[in-house]
Amino acid sequence: MALYSEKVMDHFRNPRNVGVIEDANGVGTVGNAKCGDIMKMYLKIEDDIIQDVKFETFGCGSAIASSSMATELIKGKPVEDAMKLTNKAVAEALDGLPDYKMHCSVLAEEAIRAALDDYHSKSKNEK
Amino acid sequence: MIYADNAATTKMSAAAIQTMVSLMNENYGNPSSLYSLGQKAKETLEDARKTVAEAISADPREIYFTSGGSEADNQAILSAAALGRKNGKTHIVSSAFEHHAVLHTLEKLKSEGFDITLLDVHENGIVRPEEVEAAIRDDTCLVTIMYANNEIGTIQPIPEIGAICRRRGVLFHTDAVQAIGHIPVNTATDQIDMLSASAHKFHGPKGVGFLYARKGIRLTNLIEGGAQERGKRAGTENVPGIAAMATALKEAVANMADSAAAMKKQRDRLITGLKQIPHSALNGDEVRRLPGNVNFCFEGIEGESLLLLLDDKGIQASSGSACTSGSLDPSHVLLAIGRVHDVAHGSLRLSIGDDLTDEETDEIIRSVSEVVTYLRSFSPVWRDLVAGKTKFIL
Repeated sequence: MALYSEKVMDHFRNPRNVGVIEDANGVGTVGNAKCGDIMKMYLKIEDDIIQDVKFETFGCGSAIASSSMATELIKGKPVEDAMKLTNKAVAEALDGLPDYKMHCSVLAEEAIRAALDDYHSKSKNEK
Repeated sequence: MIYADNAATTKMSAAAIQTMVSLMNENYGNPSSLYSLGQKAKETLEDARKTVAEAISADPREIYFTSGGSEADNQAILSAAALGRKNGKTHIVSSAFEHHAVLHTLEKLKSEGFDITLLDVHENGIVRPEEVEAAIRDDTCLVTIMYANNEIGTIQPIPEIGAICRRRGVLFHTDAVQAIGHIPVNTATDQIDMLSASAHKFHGPKGVGFLYARKGIRLTNLIEGGAQERGKRAGTENVPGIAAMATALKEAVANMADSAAAMKKQRDRLITGLKQIPHSALNGDEVRRLPGNVNFCFEGIEGESLLLLLDDKGIQASSGSACTSGSLDPSHVLLAIGRVHDVAHGSLRLSIGDDLTDEETDEIIRSVSEVVTYLRSFSPVWRDLVAGKTKFIL
């Protein structure tokens, strides 16, 4: 049996939404290099819709694949829906992750949440 | 495909396979049986013992066949501990970057009241003999230091440590799993009391190895139940595996000089080539290392991603990153030589064979360079380093 599912390998080999959004209005970074995983999410939100999302990740294959899948799951969705994204949904969309790699999907959920929190606190300050 | 993970395991040599298969087909007797088929197997077994003993300048009666390196490590250490306990000596000296077969056995002994000193291996990955000498106490029953490190390939000053231990009257064990068949090992001139080896690291089969224990050292059984191996290791001998190990070892020793020269050439080309990658560093001493070992850290990337993408390019290697081990900590070896976590996660071990060509070496360098550049292109760690927000370590 392979280490990862086909889906994980696909998102690892051809990650979707990689990069930076220069005028992002929500940015979140989670994890630390000490543990071997860092994810950074960039969101461009307009009218409460996630118009664009990009990520940068330092980490293993499943960390990169989880980031990629998480961006796909929220792109074009209302902020409200993105707030409900769970690590389970990310892992399921990837056709599962090995048990000891589940923390990668948790990190992806947390990175999205952190970027949304950043967006909320920024928009609150503007009001 | 380029196989560059020979420190994990090696491809069996054709001669070793031949030995094994012909024994399985024709000479399947039990060495403990008295009829001719059994006695023939016994003869094969004792021939293998002689071959193995010769390869390390030992006496055949000092060779005990085991299931591999880990079993030999366990038996050597637990035997020394049992002898020590009898004499009220419960202190053991070892190093911080031993194989887990040694470290976990020492941890077990620690929980039973033993005092363990793990020596520093310094930035170059080499134990200092004077520090071994200084660590030995009146209650020291064993010094166990590996011959060559399995991750970074650094060769330890075994003859110097052997001399110190002999002079101080302390048993000396060495885990020589990575050294046997690759560099000269002489139990007599190195003054080694016990040594562990594993066949699949020198083109022999998996599941077989040996423990050398100098005459007069009383071994403790890990497995009870029969008179095999001078009563020290019960269980019907794995004759085909043992004989194949002997074939592989004989071959490895005969070809050692040529093989090492070929590997060293490619190793040094790899080191020179990979050093060109910015913010990279070789792990372990550049000269005092195994002929086939190359180990690098690349800042800003993580090792498992590197391995998976190299695999896509047909290159099989390994890493000391946490993600490849299933734990949160990167390799204890890299931490022991002072690499911080952030950098240790981005390590790559290439352990090459003697058949690697110039073209393949160039291909490895090109592929590693491409993959490292690609992974850095979307690494937030790398972005911060380049932007000057964090400082480069390498």
